[in-house]
Amino acid sequence: MYKLLLSWRYLKSRYIALASIVSVTLGVATLIVVNSVMAGFSDEMHKRLHGILSDIVIRSHDLNGLPDPEWHVNEIKQIAGDDIEAMTAAIQIPAMINFRDNIQGQWITQPITLIGIDQQTYGEVSDFSKYLLHPENRRQLNFLLKENDYGRGKRDRFPVSGWARRRVSAEWEQQAVESQTNDLTTNVLEFDANDIPPSPFPLVDDSGVEGRGETVDGLVEGEVPGVPFQALDEPQLVFDPSTEQHTGIILGISICSLRGRDTNGEVMDYYFALPGDDVKITVPNSGQPPKAVSDSFTIVDFYESEMSEYDSSFAFVPLSKIQDLRGMVDVQSGTKSVSTIQLKLKAGADLNVVKQKLQARFPVQQFGYQIQTWRDMQGPLLAAVQLETTILNILLFLIIAVAGFGILATFFMIVVEKTRDVGILKSLGAPSGGVMSIFLGYGLSLGTVGSGVGLVLGLLFVEHINTIAGWIEKVTGQEVFDPTIYYFNQIPVIVNPVTCVWVVVGAIAIAVIASILPARKAAKLHPVEALRYE
Amino acid sequence: MSSAFELAYPESQPAMASSRGSLHPRLLKAPVVLHASGVTKSYRKGKVEVPVLNGVDIEVVEGEFQAIVGASGSGKSTLLHLLATLDQPDTGEIYFEENRIDNLPASSRDILRNRYIGMIFQFYHLLPELTALENVLMPVMIHHGIISYTLQRRKFRQRAKELLDLVGLSHRLKHRPREMSGGEMQRVAIARSLMANPRLLLADEPTGNLDRAAGEEIMEIIHELNSAYDVTIVMVTHDMSIAAQADRTVRLAEGKVESVSFQS
Repeated sequence: MYKLLLSWRYLKSRYIALASIVSVTLGVATLIVVNSVMAGFSDEMHKRLHGILSDIVIRSHDLNGLPDPEWHVNEIKQIAGDDIEAMTAAIQIPAMINFRDNIQGQWITQPITLIGIDQQTYGEVSDFSKYLLHPENRRQLNFLLKENDYGRGKRDRFPVSGWARRRVSAEWEQQAVESQTNDLTTNVLEFDANDIPPSPFPLVDDSGVEGRGETVDGLVEGEVPGVPFQALDEPQLVFDPSTEQHTGIILGISICSLRGRDTNGEVMDYYFALPGDDVKITVPNSGQPPKAVSDSFTIVDFYESEMSEYDSSFAFVPLSKIQDLRGMVDVQSGTKSVSTIQLKLKAGADLNVVKQKLQARFPVQQFGYQIQTWRDMQGPLLAAVQLETTILNILLFLIIAVAGFGILATFFMIVVEKTRDVGILKSLGAPSGGVMSIFLGYGLSLGTVGSGVGLVLGLLFVEHINTIAGWIEKVTGQEVFDPTIYYFNQIPVIVNPVTCVWVVVGAIAIAVIASILPARKAAKLHPVEALRYE
Repeated sequence: MSSAFELAYPESQPAMASSRGSLHPRLLKAPVVLHASGVTKSYRKGKVEVPVLNGVDIEVVEGEFQAIVGASGSGKSTLLHLLATLDQPDTGEIYFEENRIDNLPASSRDILRNRYIGMIFQFYHLLPELTALENVLMPVMIHHGIISYTLQRRKFRQRAKELLDLVGLSHRLKHRPREMSGGEMQRVAIARSLMANPRLLLADEPTGNLDRAAGEEIMEIIHELNSAYDVTIVMVTHDMSIAAQADRTVRLAEGKVESVSFQS
């Protein structure tokens, strides 16, 4: 009984103990905050990586792909059909994109990774559609331009896009062309169109004027295309950008946007092109050696996975479009080839087991396929995050250990100060074990109070971390969490109860361990000498 | 020298300073509570061994008020500590109610101090973090575990209050030692020493740190305990006027019993 009473009274009456409590509190709170943020980051990263990459990817080493995807799909179904939830075939090839920057009017060229996808099944193997800006595409993907409403529920200040934008810019372009031709006609007043002799070389060019080749079919018979000024006084029968679109393309949002700060320091996105604009894509064809082939596409949506690596390089188009453009057709069988087959496994299926089955079925010597799980593909990144978490934890635990030595020192002081009390207790018949447990109990209550308060503080901090980051930004003027770097608008946090329990238990253990030595010292004091102590 | 004494303690030496011949008649037939023979004790100071007690024999009978006097360094406090089992003699034997106690294991000696021998000190030795009442309760708190104490809490507190009332401090229950005068602290210490209802009260210069008036009050209480409540008291003091009130006064000099005198 006296042990409890005295532990409690010593705790209440010693302000120096408060310092130890504060150090334990800070240590525990820091550990919990850091762990939660790290867990949040790593979880966010896992989710994103996994969301973008399907569970298992079979990739052909050759850019021209694996022939006869249907046979492959059937084979895969036979060996691992029970574990597979969904499957899709895709083509992934390097490409160049070329588009006009609508701020400066410059032409921009960038390397990208062009991915041909099956719009029905691609969304089933990964969270691809979740990252699209248009709400309809998020429900069911198609490659048709939408009226407007891009970014609703995702990026709320997204500029007007889609058909709304396309019509306006088509009109503007037409006006620009008209004013140019007006200039031209007023300058050459005497010029009569009928005086021009018919061109000796009728211009029937597949590539058309600036990507309008597809619409050549629409020409009315008898007209001579390509003759200057011919079309001016007639309705535009060629491609009408205000009502028609090219094949749709979904661009990674960073391909044609930049995130920066405006003059007020607010985070702003600058878009060079928007859904509704046209771009040109150049890809190597499947010839020997490959030659570049180009085509026009209309941006129908943006893809924002918030992983800058992907957002700045991925562009998605319909699978058949790439197959046609590149000529990926097997002459003999007439089947079109693909370059990757992606699998999504059922919940609970073992990734590595399925991977090994597939590797056994498609040995690398024979097929030359690379079969990887999503973890393999992002292995180094995931390992780096894991390592970082581990090292941070070790460092922070050292901080608590420092607090432990603080407790040790404090306790030695308190034991020295309490020497006479120990003598009194012993003279009243308190056994050495009892005296020891007063100080152990003291350490225990110190650790418990400290880590309890630390736990509460840490959890509160985690709960309000974004508000706190906001305050710190205001006070210091320094960005704590820069959304232009991380692509998260908020600091992601995950509180893992098991981690919290471990941290608290660890802190209490350190406090108790630190009090063992002083407690033993107190227990060993000779009562007579302790009583004489001044 | 009574033959009964010889039979009870055959090892006792004839030269020992405890003779009941001149003891107050009411104590002549009283049983022996405490008895020490041939006790020696020396302390080490570095390499030098400093002898403090050189063979002390002492005897305390039930109901007796015995004073141990001597100059500073005569070993009287050391003797008291040995009698209280706070320390162990180098040689010699100490008996408490016919049981040898000087060689008992630590846990048994703890129990002895906790329940059978009460002690008061010159510097009161109260626990500064506790109130007067809690200080008085300390021996039973040490004796009983949490559950046992909680169950009997009411009874214990009642007894502690009665004891504080006995020493005239019923108005000071909630006060901390630093809020009390020296005399009051010593009275709390007396109440604490009586809490476990001990057979023997050892007092180490209880008035040594008090002014005359406070000292006299304390002595009054001690006399009352001895006469009205029959508490056996051994008191170390250097105040001859106090020693004169004792039933028996043992004078120590250079670690030996120099003389024994009885109240006339």
